[in-house]
Amino acid sequence: MTLVIDIKHRLGSFLLDARFETGSGLVTLFGRSGSGKTSIINTIAGLIRPDKGRVTINGTVLVDTARGIFLPRHRRRIGYVFQEGRLFPHLTVRQNLLYGRWFAQPAARDDLDRVVDLLGIGSMLERRPGRLSGGEKQRVAIGRALLANPRLLLMDEPLASLDEARKAEILPYIERLRDQIRVPIVYVSHSIVEVTRLASTLVLLSEGKVAAVGPTTEIMHRLDLFPLTGRAEAGAIVEATVERHDERFALTELRSRAGLWRLPRLDAPVGARLRLRVRARDVMLAKSAPTDLSALNVLPGTVADIGAREGPIVEVRLDCSGEALIARLTRYSVERLGLVAGAPVFALIKSVALDRRSLSGPMRVGSSADAEANDT
Amino acid sequence: MDTSALWLSLRLGLLTVLILLPFGILTGRWLAYRQFRGKAIVEAAVALPLVLPPTVFGYYLLVAFGAASPLGQAWTALTGQPLVFTFQGLLLASVIFNIPFAIQPMQRSFEAIPAEVRDAAACCGMTPFEALRRVELPLAWPGILTALVLSFAHTLGEFGIVLMVGGSIPGETKTVAIAIYDRVQAFDDAAAAKMSALLLAISLVAIAVTFALSGRIGRRRG
Repeated sequence: MTLVIDIKHRLGSFLLDARFETGSGLVTLFGRSGSGKTSIINTIAGLIRPDKGRVTINGTVLVDTARGIFLPRHRRRIGYVFQEGRLFPHLTVRQNLLYGRWFAQPAARDDLDRVVDLLGIGSMLERRPGRLSGGEKQRVAIGRALLANPRLLLMDEPLASLDEARKAEILPYIERLRDQIRVPIVYVSHSIVEVTRLASTLVLLSEGKVAAVGPTTEIMHRLDLFPLTGRAEAGAIVEATVERHDERFALTELRSRAGLWRLPRLDAPVGARLRLRVRARDVMLAKSAPTDLSALNVLPGTVADIGAREGPIVEVRLDCSGEALIARLTRYSVERLGLVAGAPVFALIKSVALDRRSLSGPMRVGSSADAEANDT
Repeated sequence: MDTSALWLSLRLGLLTVLILLPFGILTGRWLAYRQFRGKAIVEAAVALPLVLPPTVFGYYLLVAFGAASPLGQAWTALTGQPLVFTFQGLLLASVIFNIPFAIQPMQRSFEAIPAEVRDAAACCGMTPFEALRRVELPLAWPGILTALVLSFAHTLGEFGIVLMVGGSIPGETKTVAIAIYDRVQAFDDAAAAKMSALLLAISLVAIAVTFALSGRIGRRRG
């Protein structure tokens, strides 16, 4: 799929001026509230008619103001999952799902059973939306959108109205969607945890403009974009494989390019690939390999980039055998250690500090109490 | 009891409701969803019959329907009949004075449908007409029903405007409300009491049915 957006639209004092092009898979529109994320997907869906510009999917023109084209929303074949589901309240779950399918082109209709199975909503088919939990509603809303046989699925912060436990319930279904269904997804979010878990491509938005487009990891690792991606929560995304479980101490060992990681026991099979988010504020640096230390993760690397040396805090990006890590230090420490690009260092990370909510892959994250303990 | 007046009132009420049903749905929906300059003026005009004294309203209708007005002349040219003091004229007046009772509940019930639910219908591929039939009308149904019952009951009871526009011609414009007044004037208390009790019963049943139905619909969604 190729989605091309090139739009200018004024909403009161807010000017949306966005231009980007993305390929298939899952694309996340990421940015603060009011950065224009929802306006962009509403334009794709046809809920907003832009003042100027073009939107095309695989060459099909949805909007082209120069040629006076504006395809009505019901003819766009674009599935939309809203923040709060918004199911048809007068219909059962089954009818809601079938209404999605009813108006789709019969030849390519998706199979009801397959979607019900994928989203685990078989037991609630005869219930009405009023009797579903927030998480269940969202799964049904996703199913309804899928069954309409969309060429593109839009999701507008589908987890925003849910608590942490419900978010953890839905995220695996969205990951399955991304991996098993061929429909491309445009996902709006301002949660770094969701972005880390889901995104293959990231469109970073700021005040109605596109600040950067690219692979999620690449953008999240750019020190100059931290003001936009969120400095306090900034961190590195590490791809790792489960190497073995240490049952005696209830630890799991992960292998990444940067080296070996030990963290509290994960419920994932040996060999499973997952993404680990290492927050910059949880990383310490040392110039020589420390001994007699409680921290279990000590990874050698070199300084790749140092952020702006203003104020008390400076971010440092490391290259650990091709894997990036980011450390958040005081400017004082950076000066005291004499850190410059190319300098060899050791990164120290407490095992218990690792952000378990953003772990993704074919696994479940420990017990729920464990997940809550890391919610801070 | 004046049965011909009773039948006339029922006929007037039913026809009024039948005309107001599509008109109210279209107008109520339009006012609920569209934002435009001058909307407040349209809404005020819709609400006007609620506050205008019936005799004043009736007077203006009488003038507008009369043989001297363009509307009255056009009607006579078209049908060969005058618009004042006829059933047709009475029906038109009835439709007009019931506008707020029909439109306001319908507008409120369309407004209560979240925009995302309508957007979802369109994103499922429903045309605007299909979305109206399958999503909006089923959701707005309690308000529409309320509007119809209110209009019907109000038509049975309206007095001042009917008298101004229709006069009191038996079998043509003499409604049950006027017949009751007639009977009281003639000291025929028994007939007046009977007809009043009947109107009370009809009104009670209509209101009870509305409340029961909309209550049931509300619970089912709960």
